[in-house]
Amino acid sequence: MPTTIELEKIASQIRRDIVRMVHAVNSGHPGGSLGCTDYLVALYFKVMNHTAKPFDMDGKNQDLFFLSNGHISPVFYSVLARSGYFNVEELKTFRKLNSRLQGHPTTHEGLEGIRMSSGSLGQGLSVAIGAAQTKKLNNDNSLIYSLHGDGELQEGQIWEAAMYAAHNKIDNLISCIDYNQQQIDGSIQDVLDLGNLKDKWQAFGWQVLEMNGNKMEEILSTMETAKNLTGKGNPIMIIMKTEMGQGVDFMMGSHKWHGVAPNDEQLASALAQLEETIGDY
Amino acid sequence: MKKYTYTEKKDTRSGFGDGLTELGRENPNVVALCADLTGSLKMNQFEKENPDRFFQVGIAEANMIGIAAGMTIGGKIPFTGTFANFSTGRVYDQIRQSVAYSDKNVKICASHAGLTLGEDGATHQILEDIGLMKMLPGMTVINPCDYNQTKQATKAIANHKGPVYLRFGRPAVPVFMNEDFIIGKAITLNEGTDVSIFATGHLVWEAIQACEILEQKGINAEIINIHTIKPLDEKAILASANKTKCIVTAEEHMINGGLGDSIAQVISRNNPMPIEYVGVNDTFGESGTPAQLMEKYGLSADAIVKAAEKAISRKS
Repeated sequence: MPTTIELEKIASQIRRDIVRMVHAVNSGHPGGSLGCTDYLVALYFKVMNHTAKPFDMDGKNQDLFFLSNGHISPVFYSVLARSGYFNVEELKTFRKLNSRLQGHPTTHEGLEGIRMSSGSLGQGLSVAIGAAQTKKLNNDNSLIYSLHGDGELQEGQIWEAAMYAAHNKIDNLISCIDYNQQQIDGSIQDVLDLGNLKDKWQAFGWQVLEMNGNKMEEILSTMETAKNLTGKGNPIMIIMKTEMGQGVDFMMGSHKWHGVAPNDEQLASALAQLEETIGDY
Repeated sequence: MKKYTYTEKKDTRSGFGDGLTELGRENPNVVALCADLTGSLKMNQFEKENPDRFFQVGIAEANMIGIAAGMTIGGKIPFTGTFANFSTGRVYDQIRQSVAYSDKNVKICASHAGLTLGEDGATHQILEDIGLMKMLPGMTVINPCDYNQTKQATKAIANHKGPVYLRFGRPAVPVFMNEDFIIGKAITLNEGTDVSIFATGHLVWEAIQACEILEQKGINAEIINIHTIKPLDEKAILASANKTKCIVTAEEHMINGGLGDSIAQVISRNNPMPIEYVGVNDTFGESGTPAQLMEKYGLSADAIVKAAEKAISRKS
């Protein structure tokens, strides 16, 4: 099992991958990707029990992860490649013609590690719940994890799913909200305020935890707490505070880097802040 | 012509319900989801026999489609049930992304399709669902014509890997089909030489009635049941059309985007000839009894007869 420091080193490499991938095609979503890097590294390199090869869509007796906010595909692709699902060299094809690494993740091109297409927001929680129910039907004690954007909570389907999960005691599901409080048009508070998120999820019958999603130690301990809360009749939601653009100073503290690629100069500046730890692709 | 008779009328949704019940007994991977219309979809018996494999999702169709998509991961075969309008138009993006684009083995089963839903009116009478579903890459679209065929289709789609849209309805209609159902294989009900009538769903019985009227007029019509709109049995369609040299299509659906459109594509690419369309022409439905609505909107045996005569008159 990797240590916290080792996980942080992996996260640094993945942040390099993200800015390089987005820069190479001058498109993609670096802000949320950088913000969620630590969480996804924790999941794929420590928290989840999963098998990268051979990839099995059904994932029986494995923990499964669903990305609902599909636009943070750069971090998802890099984490999948770096954890062995496919060759890291393929990251070079991100968003290019004939690539398996589409702008938003899809099963359609047969990319190992992807179990559901996402991009159109609000759908992933329902999917995760369905997968969790099949785990139960199959007497499979593995867990389902899902990640959602905070802006995505403005979609009504999320709340349909929230109601259903509590009513049906989906207690093998650990969901997480990337609470960076930014969306494309500005801050969440300005665009459409989510109000008190903790109160909302609790009112919907979920067990709610909170954590700083950019502190590896805190992520690991919170995920451990969450695991211990499974099997007790409630779905679990983690409200994860992150900084959009985390790790690259000029991308932090604003919504402006949600879906903008860095230019050559900005890339150099970003890479200077991110240690190359495993080796660039 | 070959005589088709019936001894009873039954609703096609009961064919779905009974097919699903049998599937529940035969295939442990079949699961069913319903959005607060269990009775309307005739899913009660499945629910009673398989409470652990039946999922009531409430009035939340988008969530139902997403859950169904997720349930396929791990090998379940989910059948979702609600009205056709809420099975398609309401959840188009969920089906598009989470089911079709994700290649998930979900069976979207839709009752109360078309005008024959009746008195509830246009909010519930979707006439665009075949078009919506057939445009999705990889989606199979099936519109059976009676109780027997709906039951057979329900069972057949469980063994078909991939997303399926199964469309059926509310009114009791003649039970007359005894032919085997194979996905994508058209069924010739009457061989003829003067006009090919391609009908789907509730219009198949009307086409048979039309055929009898045409026979009295000395017109020999070929009647083909196109239960599978996608993939379309192009071979059967062309074989018939090449023989009769003119076509009528008949469906309880909008002409735009329906079966007729699909057949016109095949014909225009291969052997252009006159086609007349029996369907709803770019308008919403309204309240009324099913019989009144079918009459008013021209979805009747008489309308098919007129269309056949017109198609024949246009032959060069």
